[in-house]
Amino acid sequence: MYVAVKGGETAIAHSLDLIADRRRGDRGLAELTLEQIDHQLGLAVDRVMTEGSCYDRRLAALAIKQARGDLIEAIFLLRAYRTTLPRFGDSQPLDTAKMVPERRISAAFKDVPGGQVLGPTYDYTHRLLDFSLAIAADRPEAPTAPADTARTLPHVGDILAREGLLEPPPATPDGRPDDLTRQPLSLPADRPLRLQNLARGDEGFLLALGYSTQRGYGNNHPFVGEIRYGHVPVAFLPEELGFAIEIAEIDVTECDMVNQFAGSQDVPPQFTRGYGLTFGHAERKAIAMALVDRALRARELAESADSPAQDEEFVLAHSDNVEASGFVQHLKLPHYVDFQSELVVVRALRADVEARRQRAAEERAVLGQAAE
Amino acid sequence: MSCSELNTEAIERRRRWLSLLAKAPAPRLDSLWQALEPAPSYTILRQPEIGLIMLQGRISGTGAPFCAGEMTVTRAAVRLASGEVGFGYVGGRQAKQAEIVAVIDALGQRDDWRERLEAEIVAPLAREAEARHRLIAARAAATKVEFFTVAREAGT
Repeated sequence: MYVAVKGGETAIAHSLDLIADRRRGDRGLAELTLEQIDHQLGLAVDRVMTEGSCYDRRLAALAIKQARGDLIEAIFLLRAYRTTLPRFGDSQPLDTAKMVPERRISAAFKDVPGGQVLGPTYDYTHRLLDFSLAIAADRPEAPTAPADTARTLPHVGDILAREGLLEPPPATPDGRPDDLTRQPLSLPADRPLRLQNLARGDEGFLLALGYSTQRGYGNNHPFVGEIRYGHVPVAFLPEELGFAIEIAEIDVTECDMVNQFAGSQDVPPQFTRGYGLTFGHAERKAIAMALVDRALRARELAESADSPAQDEEFVLAHSDNVEASGFVQHLKLPHYVDFQSELVVVRALRADVEARRQRAAEERAVLGQAAE
Repeated sequence: MSCSELNTEAIERRRRWLSLLAKAPAPRLDSLWQALEPAPSYTILRQPEIGLIMLQGRISGTGAPFCAGEMTVTRAAVRLASGEVGFGYVGGRQAKQAEIVAVIDALGQRDDWRERLEAEIVAPLAREAEARHRLIAARAAATKVEFFTVAREAGT
């Protein structure tokens, strides 16, 4: 017989109180402000916005504070909040050529128009702990140099594409792209849907998959054609106005990956591309996304697809850290009934085994006596 | 000037204003707005409302669109006593800013307000936005790589 068990309300309430207490920490220290998190832990904010799939720096900072720096918990909080809001519509597609760039590099072409602009990068730091940061101090402003703000930066890929050496990006299909927040993932997924999944996907998962392609599990010889990070206007067409306006400027990181391709029956040898786009400054994620995007095109490009990163179902079904974290962590919640039923089964099996063992021993004893 | 040309010009001006006002830092717009005398009277048609828009990206920057993730947006609508209706759409959760933008959009449709608003609010915001972009570009330019070639002659 199973008797329903209730309880734990007080324990749960006190656990929430305790977490709030721990969140505040030593009362002798100043409490963190959202502005401090936004400005001084900006890359954490960027990750939470990207994987939370919602651009709002202040909300992401709040989520980080509430989650005490647990970024996956913060991503969950942001995802949960967004479900409470109505949808006003779709933006016009972001035009990253209009970016006011802080950084733009190409690892494939040295002399790109506009040059190699390093921007704020950890690439050339020595990864030595800087103990001068351990104490608050006045920090100098960054240096400046003359710049031409009137010129926009063309995409590096477009330059190669003109020669036909690089595949052109897929043309605009009719209608809106499918949207995972409106209908569940169905397989096979087209490339826009895959990219939405990867854009929201866990950085660590995509990083490992991207790495696996480099180590030979679906290698496709990648070069960073271009990485750019900077500020892009968001254009939106409100129905009541009847014309498009810009409503914000957001920070995004874009990675256009160039990959070797031997050609197929229909296509001459040329370079193919993978694409990554994130909110804020998140190059590791953008590169990993571009690698996995390209790996998932294996079938389309008639390549053999026998590695995990090329397995659409495996990648797309496991990339979301809110889903993954929920299912893995639900194991902590009470499973008393499930376990009790398993316990009954295992006890019965053990009793059965024990009975058989005893019977066999008795039979052996009887046979032994008979032989004497 | 034909009616449609006038109309295009009016739309172009509203587009420019609405874009600059939406992209302005909320506290800055608020202080410029507070400095404006006398405060115009208006009624609210749509209380500032927070929602989302789905941002679309393009594959490889120029190809087919895909859903890149959402962003928060606030919208509002107002009507002046003289009948003009204005709309505000701003990124983020900025109720006050959306309302101010809507009022300025409505006032901008009146001949007696347009020049003043251009001079006292829109033009300063445009200059400040440009200055922000110039500073970003100047800091980025300082990190531009200047390549030089090191040639080693054979036998030296």
